[in-house]
Amino acid sequence: MLLSVKNLKKSFITEEGTLQVLRGVDLELAAGERLALTGESGCGKSTLLYLIGALESFDAGEIWMDGVPLGPLNDRQRADLRRTSVGIVFQQFNLIPSMTVAHNLRFHARLAGREDADWINQLSQRLGLTKFLKAYPEQLSGGQQQRVAIGRTLAARPKLILADEPTGNLDEKTSDQVITLMLQLVEETGAGLLVVTHSSRLAERMDRSLLLTSGLVS
Amino acid sequence: MTLPIALRVLWSHWTYRPLQFFTLLVGLSLATGLWTGVQAINTEARSSYDQARAALLPQARQVLQRRDGQPIAVATYVALQQSGWRTSPVLEGKISIASTTINVTGVDLVSMPRSMNRWTSGENSFDLAGFLTDPYSVIVSADIAEQAATLPGVAKVIVGKNVPSATIMTDIGLAERLLNKSGQISRLIVAPQQPVLQTELQVAAPQLERINNQSAADIDRLTDSFHLNLSAFGMLAFAVGLFIVQGTINLAFEQRRTMCRTLRVLGVSLRSLALALLVELLLIAVIAGAAGVVLGYFIAALLLPDVAATLRGLYGAQVTGDLSFRAGWWVTGLAIAIAGTLLASFWSLQKLLRMPILAAAQPRAWALMTRRSTFYRMLASGGLLVIAVALLLWGSGLVVAFSIVAICLLAAALILPDAIAFLLGAFERFAIMPVSQWFWADTRQQLPGLSLALMALLLALAANIGVSTMVGSFRLTFAGWLDQRLAAELYVRAANEAQSIKLRDWLEGRADAVLPVWNVESSIEGEAGRIYGFSDHATYRNFWPMLEMLPDGWDDVASGRAVLINEQLARRHGVSPGDVIRLAENQDLPVAGIYSDYGNPRPQAMINVDLLTGWFPNVVKTRFAIRVDAARSQVLADEIRQKFGLKGRNLVDQASIKQRSLEIFERTFTVTQALNILTLTVAGFAIFTSLLTQSTMRLPQLAPIWALGLTRRQLAGLEFLRALLLAALTMIFALPLGLGLAWLLLSVVNVEAFGWRLPMFLFVSDWILLACYGLVATALAAAIPARRFSNTDPAELVKVFAHER
Ligand SMILES: Nc1ncnc2c1ncn2[C@@H]1O[C@H](COP(=O)(O)OP(=O)(O)OP(=O)(O)O)[C@@H](O)[C@H]1O
Ligand SMILES: [Mg+2]
Repeated sequence: MLLSVKNLKKSFITEEGTLQVLRGVDLELAAGERLALTGESGCGKSTLLYLIGALESFDAGEIWMDGVPLGPLNDRQRADLRRTSVGIVFQQFNLIPSMTVAHNLRFHARLAGREDADWINQLSQRLGLTKFLKAYPEQLSGGQQQRVAIGRTLAARPKLILADEPTGNLDEKTSDQVITLMLQLVEETGAGLLVVTHSSRLAERMDRSLLLTSGLVS
Repeated sequence: MTLPIALRVLWSHWTYRPLQFFTLLVGLSLATGLWTGVQAINTEARSSYDQARAALLPQARQVLQRRDGQPIAVATYVALQQSGWRTSPVLEGKISIASTTINVTGVDLVSMPRSMNRWTSGENSFDLAGFLTDPYSVIVSADIAEQAATLPGVAKVIVGKNVPSATIMTDIGLAERLLNKSGQISRLIVAPQQPVLQTELQVAAPQLERINNQSAADIDRLTDSFHLNLSAFGMLAFAVGLFIVQGTINLAFEQRRTMCRTLRVLGVSLRSLALALLVELLLIAVIAGAAGVVLGYFIAALLLPDVAATLRGLYGAQVTGDLSFRAGWWVTGLAIAIAGTLLASFWSLQKLLRMPILAAAQPRAWALMTRRSTFYRMLASGGLLVIAVALLLWGSGLVVAFSIVAICLLAAALILPDAIAFLLGAFERFAIMPVSQWFWADTRQQLPGLSLALMALLLALAANIGVSTMVGSFRLTFAGWLDQRLAAELYVRAANEAQSIKLRDWLEGRADAVLPVWNVESSIEGEAGRIYGFSDHATYRNFWPMLEMLPDGWDDVASGRAVLINEQLARRHGVSPGDVIRLAENQDLPVAGIYSDYGNPRPQAMINVDLLTGWFPNVVKTRFAIRVDAARSQVLADEIRQKFGLKGRNLVDQASIKQRSLEIFERTFTVTQALNILTLTVAGFAIFTSLLTQSTMRLPQLAPIWALGLTRRQLAGLEFLRALLLAALTMIFALPLGLGLAWLLLSVVNVEAFGWRLPMFLFVSDWILLACYGLVATALAAAIPARRFSNTDPAELVKVFAHER
């Protein structure tokens, strides 16, 4: 199993007291599998994604990534994991504003030590980014930026791709195009994909779909 | 009614970000404080000159005093009077009434030259008889009018406008009684017009000597350059402080873009918004300005004693070392704070007000560094350099000299960010690792936010290098010059000519050479100066600090056919060796050579001693320089002391004169050094504040890198490194700029201010030390934001992705 989450719990301390967001989430994802995670706004989807992406630590339970438990990892090992095994696509704030599109595309792959020029070339062509390689992110539209972000993640060939509302900013048509591309490319790399989304159209195109309610998945 | 609401909303920004508010206040009050401090020092010194001018003595160009400093007996005064000397007695002293010390100056209005009586001139119906007869009318300064009225023998107290503070001007008869010094005279004022027939002073009153008073006008001219120097430093510090203010205001305005837009969408007119922003800025300026004035007072109080010592040592100008707080400072301090704030916020304000209501928040920074603006900045700084060169070639005067310095600094500061960006771009091209590539690119993107602080650092560092190179070069030159100029082992001044003849006879065989150092006050090229007579001796030929000398020049001077002049005279009148100058009213001689003469502001010439005695038969022939084996000089000095009773200033050895001169020198530059350090501190603070404010906006830029697999510690380390790197790059640019500045100070400013040009020396160890200080300061400034980032909760970083902007 590429990813397995067992009885995962996470709460936040807020001014009104403790907010129990995840109350024992169980979840499994095989290599090459595509899974959608849906749920009401504020139910904890992003939180779950960040925990899996080793961005944040959890209160109780276990997360196993490719046979490695995340719980005991220290800061440095978590960073290693993010660099080499996981790719995250956010809705916003994902590109590095000081570097060109070309550099952004290669960046994660180079960090992971897996730069493959042919593959990146192919990606930029299929994502329709060849025209923008010399541009800076702020000169791109939202959809173009999102394609760069997807390209950057795919270029690094991570085992697991996590995406949080990857099309939240895009119109239906663009969103469909981007998703089609992403699904194709993910299939080619054989990575596992976990997508958080509100959109039922997107959820339908996945292998499986899970619903997060009251801190539990069903 | 929208104004108060708008103001409250805008102000909420500062309560939300108290640190930003604090840095803004500190920056502005530091700037105002340094400025006010320097101004306070200048006003205090100037008012001291005015007081001295109003007082009696500086009016007198010449006074007679006893050589030993004792009071003059009335008999001596009478004897002088009978030998045809027109003088007027003065008795000075201090008394204290109820813990106030009062200066008593007793004068004889009848014999006193009218031109010197300045302090009664304001009184229309001055009652001379009342002044001269018991019970007396006295003229006092306003501050002690009450106390003066209680003195015995005082019938009437007149407050005189021109009387220096805490002083009573009275008839000498009353002064004798008040001071309990009957029959004594402190000094005699020599009237400007003297009878043609008069006995020589040596004969009429051998125990007296004639002293030239540095005239008030001279002091003004001489000290002007010193004050201009201080003002320039005050300006620099103020400018550096404004960089901080500009940086913070810019940031605050940037962060409040959305707030302003919302306000306008909700119906606040552009006018109310502008007004609210202005009111807010004024409020801040007033708070910071007031703090700055208080700070300035402390800075001035700290530095004034050294300034006073410098002015005394260098120019003989009397400045009291204590400072009084003046109400006027509030006005000027607040005015400069307000002007500075408005200046610093002009661009931000304008940009904010021009913004269309619904414009998207523009991507910051990056846009600022476009090629086009680089081009304009290059153009502007190129234009400034052209102006500087033109001024250098065709301008003259001290203000022009300082303007050149200012223009060069400004031009350099203007292109600094582009120059650094260029270097960073080059580094980026050579970077291989992805992280280093990101590092360079990101550093370049950070530049606009830090550039003002870096400019401030550049100015402070360049000023530091420039000034310390100038002072160091001056010190080396001065020490070397003293060695040349004070080549003789002992310097003596005999009590009178009879003793001087005996002394010379006695020294025959005991010393290697006895060289006359005789001089007279006379005119040189129409200016008041001093002519020295000297005898031809190897000491001069080998040691005298010549800058230029004609071949055979020494022979010509020795035979009385030529003259040597000092550098300042040569520069002021554009005289070169070979030119003929006019000395002592009617003597024309060609100039054989020019020597350096530091520390002396006046023209000077040297001729053969026989020529001097020929021109001025009455020249005082009591001073000599003695050459003797260095090992024996102490023994010889002791023998002279015992046999001839010469001591104190009448017999000095080379070592102690050198030491005293160097001490005066060091004191002269204490103030400059102190201001230098203060400016550097302000620049360090500027770096700190901009790093700190910058760091609050860094999270969105750093979070993606963190998410891609770098630890917080690594990123914090890179942030730290970046600050050090930028500081180091700035230092690299500051070095040539500082050296250029030093050259300007040594070869342009000094020539204008003092009349001499100094050679430049390089002090590499000083640079290394400065670089270390700079890096340590930057490291300290960068450590706090870096640590803060390193300890950021991952949840905070995650929020960057979760929150919509
Ligand atoms: N750092 C935090 N501190 C306190 N509460 C938090 C924090 N992060 C998230 N929460 C709370 O946890 C809950 C889940 O947040 P999360 O962002 O995971 O929701 P979501 O399912 O992604 O919602 P959306 O669909 O709107 O993106 C919310 O109620 C949120 O307020
Ligand atoms: Mg979410």
